[in-house]
Amino acid sequence: MTDWADHLLIAPIVVPMLAGAAMIVAGDRWRRLTVALGLVSTVALLLLAITLLGFAETPIVRVYRLGNWPSLFGIVLVLDRLSAVMLALAAVLGFAAFLFSLGRWHRAGVYFHPLFQFQLMGLNGAFLTGDLFNLFVFFEVLLAASYGMALHGSGVARVRAGLHYIVVNLLASLLFLIGVSVVYGIAGTLNMADLAVRMRDVATEDRGLLEAGLAVLGIAFLVKAAMWPLGFWLPVTYAAASTPAAAILSILSKVGIYAVLRVWLLLFGASAGASAGFGGTWLLVGGLLTIAFGSIAVLATQNLPRLAGASVLISSGTLLAAIGTGRAAVTTGALFYLVSSVLAIGAFFLLIELVERGREVGADVLAVTREAFGTGEEEEEDEEQEVVGVAIPGTVAILGLAFLACALLLAGLPPLSGFLAKFAILAPLLAAGGAVVPTSTWALMAALILSGLATVVAMTRAGINAFWGSPEGRVPRVGLVEIAPVALLLVLCAALTVEAGPVIGYMQAAAQALHEPGDYLQGVLSAPPAGPEGR
Amino acid sequence: MELIVSLGIGALAGSGVWLLLRPRTFQVIVGLSLLSYAVNLFIFSTGGLRSGAAAILTPGEAGSLARYTDPLPQALVLTAIVIGFATTALLLVVMLATRGLTGTDHVDGREHER
Repeated sequence: MTDWADHLLIAPIVVPMLAGAAMIVAGDRWRRLTVALGLVSTVALLLLAITLLGFAETPIVRVYRLGNWPSLFGIVLVLDRLSAVMLALAAVLGFAAFLFSLGRWHRAGVYFHPLFQFQLMGLNGAFLTGDLFNLFVFFEVLLAASYGMALHGSGVARVRAGLHYIVVNLLASLLFLIGVSVVYGIAGTLNMADLAVRMRDVATEDRGLLEAGLAVLGIAFLVKAAMWPLGFWLPVTYAAASTPAAAILSILSKVGIYAVLRVWLLLFGASAGASAGFGGTWLLVGGLLTIAFGSIAVLATQNLPRLAGASVLISSGTLLAAIGTGRAAVTTGALFYLVSSVLAIGAFFLLIELVERGREVGADVLAVTREAFGTGEEEEEDEEQEVVGVAIPGTVAILGLAFLACALLLAGLPPLSGFLAKFAILAPLLAAGGAVVPTSTWALMAALILSGLATVVAMTRAGINAFWGSPEGRVPRVGLVEIAPVALLLVLCAALTVEAGPVIGYMQAAAQALHEPGDYLQGVLSAPPAGPEGR
Repeated sequence: MELIVSLGIGALAGSGVWLLLRPRTFQVIVGLSLLSYAVNLFIFSTGGLRSGAAAILTPGEAGSLARYTDPLPQALVLTAIVIGFATTALLLVVMLATRGLTGTDHVDGREHER
């Protein structure tokens, strides 16, 4: 591996950071420059993510040591398959949300673009970091940016929901810190790989305390992932957030899932000695309860944004329950489901606003935004014309098709990738059960299928209301720049379906590496620092 | 020393949790601040507590690692303080915005009638 290729590992953090900083300097006076910077940054992130996906396709884990300190003393960034997949997801979703925001949302308030870049930076950092404390730092970076994004556009509903969101997440951060310090106090390290090694030799009398610390840490992750009793903030916040912010928020809840995958499987995997499988039942039961709660919420909601928020809950619950079963084959399916559901929910959040634009419900949200930031609107009028463009004939048909695709993906019906993902979770559960299939498997199966049914019912009802039930068909004005990201995300889902074989193969290798983290440990702990001549 | 620190952490955390569960935004933010102090002290204490010690070495003393407290938690606590400070400031702004937009300081943005 060449020198420049090594440094690519830190680029997903540095690129958005520099872009965001430059945008603050450029300010709102040179809006075109800011937009150009954002475009360069998001495209660069996409290319980087694709490159890193290729890099990760080996058993050798890539480690980037900041300041070239040995792994145990310094800060490390680690790239394995899971990180690469998450980076790619963040990049794709970031690109789509960025394009969408150019339609009108980025003018609904100040500093949209810098916040967006910092959020991407936080996401990428959280996916790459190799130690717990930097995970905390990057969580805070992305949360701080997401507070701003959730409030973007202002208005009473957003500020009210934003307040709850911020308080809940600050509290979760404090729990995170408590967990981290207990872990450090007992094990004397925060490097995840080193911690996994030391876990095996922790004295019996200290083990309980260490597990308690990790459980507190887990609660912080599960608040982000919105597991049942911890996730009441999610639908309200996501429904109130501006559209591009909501789309990017849909991967935010998956950061919690990522952290659970990474930390739980590394520390409590089969090789963890006395602590192996600690908390697995909690994940499984919590996941099942989250699915149940999400399904009820899906059926109970009257408006589309809430429906999307409830779908996030279902997808989180499915992932947690699948991870909680603690089998590599099921984790493979869960990873596939993760990719498919993040893309689908991202597309759905973007689509909702386009659909609602033709109706009164969405119009008033926009009106509030306009009211709050009305002054800047007049001078931008000429620019607005060229961006939004004319109403495309058949807009409603295109939106309807996209809505149908989202419904199929979220409900997990054939022929799209949502079905394959659920199948990939369920098939190994049944196959490996032996003669007697355990009750938990039946419960998970029932939950997955019933949540799919609930989603179908809710989406059908919402679709009929939105497309057939409108009094007179006022065609929503939709710019090409706004429908293109939705199409991009859905086409990617279709591509996932067509290319399911190779993708599942990649996920299988990723899941295998997560369950048997030998390569990860070896890669992080034994990598020699590059000599002075290598710099 | 250990007893005083742990009692202090407990008192701060207890008051923080109590205030956090109150319905007014001001109480919530004070509660969060108290909780974050408790957490910061807690992190600080995981490095070990040592009272009446010299900063580095007393004259004539041969250094030994066993006689030092772990400096890493102190670095962690600095980071945590900075981050907590920034997010609390942000929260304060959002609270002021809520107060301005809804006209009440209830955390739900509206008064509940009893």
